[in-house]
Amino acid sequence: MHGLEFDVAHLLAGSLVLASFMLLYQDRLYALLNVYALHAFVLALSVAWQAFVQRAPHLYVTASIALIFKAIIIPVALHRIIVRLGIHRQIETAVSVGLTMIAGIGLVALSMVVMLRVTPGADALAREDLAFALSVVLLGLLIMVTRRNAVSQVVGFMSLENGLVLAATGAKGMPLVVEISVAFSVLIAFIVIGIFLFRIRERFDSVDIAALDRFRGERR
Amino acid sequence: MTLVRDLVSQGLQMLLVLLLAPLLTGFVRKLKAYLLRRQGPPLLQPYRDLIRLMRKDVVLAETASWLFRVIPYIIFAGTWVAASLVPTFGSGLLFSWSADLIAIIALLGSARFFLALAGMDVGTAFGGIGSSREVMIASLAEPAILITVFSVAMIAGSTQLSTIAEYMGSSAVGLRVSLGLALVALVIVAIAENGRIPVDNPATHLELTMVHEAMVLEYSGRHLALIDLSSQLKLLVYVSLIACMFMPWGAAAPNAGVAAFAVGAVTYAGKLAACGILLAVFETSTAKMRVFRIPEFLGAALMLALLATLLRFVSGSL
Repeated sequence: MHGLEFDVAHLLAGSLVLASFMLLYQDRLYALLNVYALHAFVLALSVAWQAFVQRAPHLYVTASIALIFKAIIIPVALHRIIVRLGIHRQIETAVSVGLTMIAGIGLVALSMVVMLRVTPGADALAREDLAFALSVVLLGLLIMVTRRNAVSQVVGFMSLENGLVLAATGAKGMPLVVEISVAFSVLIAFIVIGIFLFRIRERFDSVDIAALDRFRGERR
Repeated sequence: MTLVRDLVSQGLQMLLVLLLAPLLTGFVRKLKAYLLRRQGPPLLQPYRDLIRLMRKDVVLAETASWLFRVIPYIIFAGTWVAASLVPTFGSGLLFSWSADLIAIIALLGSARFFLALAGMDVGTAFGGIGSSREVMIASLAEPAILITVFSVAMIAGSTQLSTIAEYMGSSAVGLRVSLGLALVALVIVAIAENGRIPVDNPATHLELTMVHEAMVLEYSGRHLALIDLSSQLKLLVYVSLIACMFMPWGAAAPNAGVAAFAVGAVTYAGKLAACGILLAVFETSTAKMRVFRIPEFLGAALMLALLATLLRFVSGSL
């Protein structure tokens, strides 16, 4: 039916969705960071495979950016931030794990239904990449919504960005300039969020964002 | 003539699973003992236990009803029939066309239903606890295994185990992420259903966390022997199921000669040994979970199975 090219791309993109679910399932901060590194590593593999299939050498640059920045530098930096913040390492979730998982499955099903309906004319590789990328993005949003801890929200944001990169590589021909600027904007966002983490911590002695709500008088 | 040969092959496989089941349990026990640097019981100890139990008298509680006496036979029959439907060394089974994978799961499920009834029949507190926990585990494990079956059936185009085994053995399978997810889900469910370590400890007796042992606490003599044999048989059924769906290499084709069957038998023994070793290593390297964490463990299996189906849906509709 399909060749090996499609099967491997499917395997890698599917593994990325699975890694997103693993992010959703974790309840320890260090484990969350390790899974995030795995997430970025799978993304790098997936992008490299797309580069090989599409014979687009510039995608290898994207893959190496994903590998170096997202799989190595950012997890290590977040690790250090957690150590320096000295916060306790259990993640407080807003919703229980089971409910989150069911919501996640629902989101994946939704994104598949939407993407397969919307893109009937496109290439098979691009279609399945887009469907998986949308589900990774939605799962990233779900992680940000269901976690109270600011660090895990950062991880959710980063995994969302991984989904965007997957969509962009599947769609054949994102210019390299765009890719690099996206990577840098994420890096800058990461730095800004890191600074904010320290500010929140200094002000409230916690990175639980419920403290912010209380401060603004929105919740007692 | 072919009918006779098929009948012989089917009968041989049925006898084989019955004879091998205690050996597999003994093998896993021995290996676990070695990993803990103990001597461990002899490899054939489960057979001796069964024979000894068969000779002993049955002690029945005064409150036991007729159901309590009948249930061991029902459980054994259900499990053995399920075992006879799973291909072991040859993929073509005569009975295989009478029932598919869903029927196998239904047979195992009804065996468990009767076991839970037996746990509650005498009216002791332990039996009730065991039954309620077993049913809680089952209510999560059964949807997971059914969805796993669906995703495998969607890939192979059939719920017949023989057809699935043949399809998995052919080169048409390719590289599929759904199958990997389905395998992990099936392994988790198999661990939970057989009461292996993260969920239940098969070696405990008279402990507050036990599940299976708590249900069969009131049984003795030949009834206990039958229940023990069926739980050993159940472990073998799950291992054979995983082997024939995900490791179909070497199994003899339906109309093969004696040599092919011999090859199939040797590879089947190899697969059982491999699964036994993996199980023993896994069990010694993990600790038992709290009962309240089991839903999360099984929920992961359910989620993986659902994800496998979804991914298969995407690659199938392209």
